[in-house]
Amino acid sequence: MMIPGVSRILDRTASIFLAVVLAIAIVVPFCNLLFPPTSPLHVPTYLVSLFGKYVCYALLALSIDLIWGYCGILSLGHGAFFALGGYAMGMYLMRQIGTRGVYADPILPDFMVFLNWPELPIYWYGFQHFVYAALMILLVPGALAFVFGWFAFRSRVTGVYLSIITQALTYALLLGFFRNNFGFGGNNGLTDFKDILGFNVQSPGTRAALFSISCLALALGYLICRALITSKFGKVLVAIRDAEARVRFLGYRVESYKLFVFTLSACMAGVAGALYVPQVGIINPSEFSPANSIEVVIWVAVGGRGTLIGAAIGAVLVNYAKTTFTTGMLAPYWLFLLGGLFIAVTLLLPRGIVGTVQHLWATRKRPADNDASGVSEQAPRPAE
Amino acid sequence: MSAFLKRCAVLLFAFAVLLLGSQLGQAASYEEALDKFAADSYAETEEAIAAIAASGHPMAAQVLDALQNTRLLYDPASRKVFIKGSSVSLLDAATGQPLAGAPADAQPVRVNNRLRRVIDAALGGLTLLSSDPVKRLGAALAVFKSRESNALPALNAALAKETDPKIKRALTDARAAVVLNFAEASESDKLSAVVVIRARGDQDAVGLLAGLPSDTPAAVSRAAQDAVTAIQSQLAMWTTVQNAWYGLSLGSVLLLAAIGLAITFGVMGVINMAHGEMVMLGAYVTFVVQEIFRAKFPALEDYSLVFAVPLAFVFAGLVGILIEQGIIRFLYGRPLETLLATWGLSLILQQSVRTAFGPTNKEVSNPTWMSGAFELGQITITYNRLWIICFTLAVFVALLGLLRWTRLGLEMRAVTQNRAMAASMGIRTGRVDALTFGLGSGIAGIAGVALSQIDNVSPNLGQGYIIDSFMVVVFGGVGNLWGTLVGAFTLGIANKFLEPFAGAVLGKIAILVLIILFIQKRPRGLFALKGRAIES
Repeated sequence: MMIPGVSRILDRTASIFLAVVLAIAIVVPFCNLLFPPTSPLHVPTYLVSLFGKYVCYALLALSIDLIWGYCGILSLGHGAFFALGGYAMGMYLMRQIGTRGVYADPILPDFMVFLNWPELPIYWYGFQHFVYAALMILLVPGALAFVFGWFAFRSRVTGVYLSIITQALTYALLLGFFRNNFGFGGNNGLTDFKDILGFNVQSPGTRAALFSISCLALALGYLICRALITSKFGKVLVAIRDAEARVRFLGYRVESYKLFVFTLSACMAGVAGALYVPQVGIINPSEFSPANSIEVVIWVAVGGRGTLIGAAIGAVLVNYAKTTFTTGMLAPYWLFLLGGLFIAVTLLLPRGIVGTVQHLWATRKRPADNDASGVSEQAPRPAE
Repeated sequence: MSAFLKRCAVLLFAFAVLLLGSQLGQAASYEEALDKFAADSYAETEEAIAAIAASGHPMAAQVLDALQNTRLLYDPASRKVFIKGSSVSLLDAATGQPLAGAPADAQPVRVNNRLRRVIDAALGGLTLLSSDPVKRLGAALAVFKSRESNALPALNAALAKETDPKIKRALTDARAAVVLNFAEASESDKLSAVVVIRARGDQDAVGLLAGLPSDTPAAVSRAAQDAVTAIQSQLAMWTTVQNAWYGLSLGSVLLLAAIGLAITFGVMGVINMAHGEMVMLGAYVTFVVQEIFRAKFPALEDYSLVFAVPLAFVFAGLVGILIEQGIIRFLYGRPLETLLATWGLSLILQQSVRTAFGPTNKEVSNPTWMSGAFELGQITITYNRLWIICFTLAVFVALLGLLRWTRLGLEMRAVTQNRAMAASMGIRTGRVDALTFGLGSGIAGIAGVALSQIDNVSPNLGQGYIIDSFMVVVFGGVGNLWGTLVGAFTLGIANKFLEPFAGAVLGKIAILVLIILFIQKRPRGLFALKGRAIES
């Protein structure tokens, strides 16, 4: 029973991907901590944090690929779930600062003292406990996605309409979090973190550990997605993507399927955000901006929609390119490149990098049956 | 003949003597008054102020102004008074002649708050009779604020002479304000003053009537109380009207931004995320046209907007056709991919403009015929907002007419309703698509011209409107221009009515949430197209 399940989830691509992720999870911190800075094998700490950031992005991209690639739900507001997870983590980290803040208030974070808040708002209670914060990291994005999805899917808001209202959702949250009286630090957000679980956030050891944990989270997220899409449930999802009305006529409750996968995806995005925050050291409302959420979609499109590993690879590639471009003399041209990427990928490379490679691989092996890979290209029009 | 001349000469002489005499008398009382300043006592200073105001001497206003600003100096030894100019220069207050230097122990004439009020009133009284209507109006308004009872004679004199109805109104109001605060005025005078103030009906009137002195007769207080209640309910009505006006104004901006989108998204089903950038391009066309006019035809600068409208339409329309032919054509039937590609395009357009024009805001000036404002009851209506509303409606009507009566409009509607059938009938659907997209983009360009008048012209101009525009189209219903109209004005007005309760940001959030909830109820918008073609 167990063995066929495992082999179903872990096909060859999946095994290789998992092995690579786990290897990176071990090797990078190892090279960072054990080799002296002079050694050619040394990985500097800033790179560990940078790669850690990419890994979080990869997990976020994975969560989008799950709903977009396999269920046809294009969310342009997934940055909201990412940011909510990040804020939950940020609130935990703020409570850990304690008396080391500028105003040395044992309970209130600095910005609340600064704004003359008499006491901690109720929704900040409990965030000094890591377990509670961890629960919130899953629950808050999940609950929002559940409520939002319940309304949206039940009234059959699909296609571009759904995309636009998800965008409106994250835009509304953006406006809200910019306000000081919302109680999340206004446009400065939460920053100046000190400790996580008693370890100094800045220390190389913590950073290396956070990197490894991010890789493990990516691996776990990947496994969950694989398990889901290789199951019968996953087949129904793909069927919904390709012909929602037919699936409904066959007697499936399309809304429930969509709602489940949307909520799951939001939780994954929340975890990605929570791991992202201690590594970059700040969370502010700009994470909610609709532009960010759309950018995530292009990572998925570049890597290959509906391939899972493509999403992760696309996230890392695009962000690596972004870092390279925006830190050098080429900074003014980054938006040209990013914009060009959007157009080029949709026009010329609709399968994305991984999808194209898989497609070529499949056609080479079985020239007669050239669409066995089942990537979205030949799919009927998404129900709109 | 000579007798006549002689008589004339006598008359002239008599007149001159008379004039001189009065001048002398005036000068004498003026100098006596000046002398009182040197006494350095508040009581004498007050008398001096009254005397100077009454003297009608040409230096009077200057002296009082100097006193107000403690620039009036006196020398205790010689009992002379000087006016210190704004720079180092010094004037003799009696003659108005410049002086080389002040005596060593010259010191400013002291004033206290009570005296300052007296000076204000005296100055008000002096300028009430000025020949410059602007000064008279200013003085009347100042007296209305200061309510100083010693301005009453000057007010009465001014009222008798005044011919300008606007200034006369201001004077009447000022007189009523003075009377209400003047203990010696009779009850019937005060009652009629309440009526005058009640007719004024603004916030100042409420403040005046609510803050009457304690020795006011009971009947007057009661009348004032009634007036305050009446004015306040009237003001509440005006606030509603004002909110509605702001809402209409916002709605027209939304409509202008969304109407092009209603064509590309509504009619063609294409999600154009670069729509906001078409608006932005239109605004930059306006800027460029303005700069060209400024450099080449300064005389016509006021009308550069008139030229910018067609140019922006053509330019944005051409860019739109290029986009359709270059990108969107290949993505029909894949709305999500269209969304991504046009988003990428919007990034490129923004960055291009940023590279070409720089990231800072560009200044587009209001032409004279669009600046300024007029008052309608208690609300102020600015001309640029009014123009934009008219312009928006004109564009809307023109677009409706185009869809209804032209061949292109007919073909567009045919393609929207049934693409395959339209193609079978010989309509070149590809060409119609390109033109439709060009039309939608062109209208976005026109919107840019209008928005350049009220918003900052920067590369990010379009981004601020894109989500709102989508909300309008989605709310109003796809494929129906009337829906867009109703949607835009509903959202605009709802936004402005929510703002006073919830604040600008929360109001906006509330609107977004309401739309999200609304879409649950009516997923296809307010004015949904019905029929088989719409459900895929």
